[in-house]
Amino acid sequence: MTQLDTPARSLIMERDFPHPPEKVWRALTESSLIEQWLLENDFQPIVGRSFSLRREPMANWNGVIDCRVLAVEPCRSVSYTWNASGSEWVVTWVLTPTAAGTHLRMEQSGFHPDQEQNYKGAKYGWQKFIGSLERVVAGL
Amino acid sequence: MPSAADSLFKALADPTRRAIFERLTRNGEQTVHALTACAGVSQPMVSKHLGALRRARLVRHRHQGRETHYQVRPEALAPLVDWVSHYADFWQNKFDRLEEVLERLEDTHQRSDK
Repeated sequence: MTQLDTPARSLIMERDFPHPPEKVWRALTESSLIEQWLLENDFQPIVGRSFSLRREPMANWNGVIDCRVLAVEPCRSVSYTWNASGSEWVVTWVLTPTAAGTHLRMEQSGFHPDQEQNYKGAKYGWQKFIGSLERVVAGL
Repeated sequence: MPSAADSLFKALADPTRRAIFERLTRNGEQTVHALTACAGVSQPMVSKHLGALRRARLVRHRHQGRETHYQVRPEALAPLVDWVSHYADFWQNKFDRLEEVLERLEDTHQRSDK
């Protein structure tokens, strides 16, 4: 059968905060603040810098998320890779000033089916299927 | 004892099985012969893959004459939907905590201004 051709899928979350972008930026990029809302980390807002986020260990996974900073635009956007359980995503934060404060958008991209070589064994192969899931579910 | 999610993910980890499942999803009920015609593998292999999909409860089958007909059970995909919503829940929770951190930051900032 032919190779499945399904588009990458992103998870997008947005929220408005009654705080100026400068403050939201601090919470997104200062290691000690990130730890308070996201996870324990050694993040530094330097492009190319590797860092890790640590979750509580789970069955079959030590809870470590390996990341690398891809882009930093102070008070506007920051993005980094997000490697967990043999899959790689990209997480991008975008801050937009609003009259009331800041509009924050988070996109986790990379739920796509065509990165076979990135998967460490068949155990996680099913994740590639996620790209076509939306279509299947839409047909329920 | 593997969970329902384990057998589902294992069944879908194989690209040939995913392709068979997708084909059934797109085209509706198919016979084993019809599936073999476009699978690129032998009929015994197709039957083996269908067996794995059946054990994961992703497909159901019925016999009619000498043919076996297969169709999908889309409701069996529920654990996969849960997987995406797991991340959605994760971020929802993190956004809530970020909001709390921002509230506290403002307080600190105001105190240090005095």
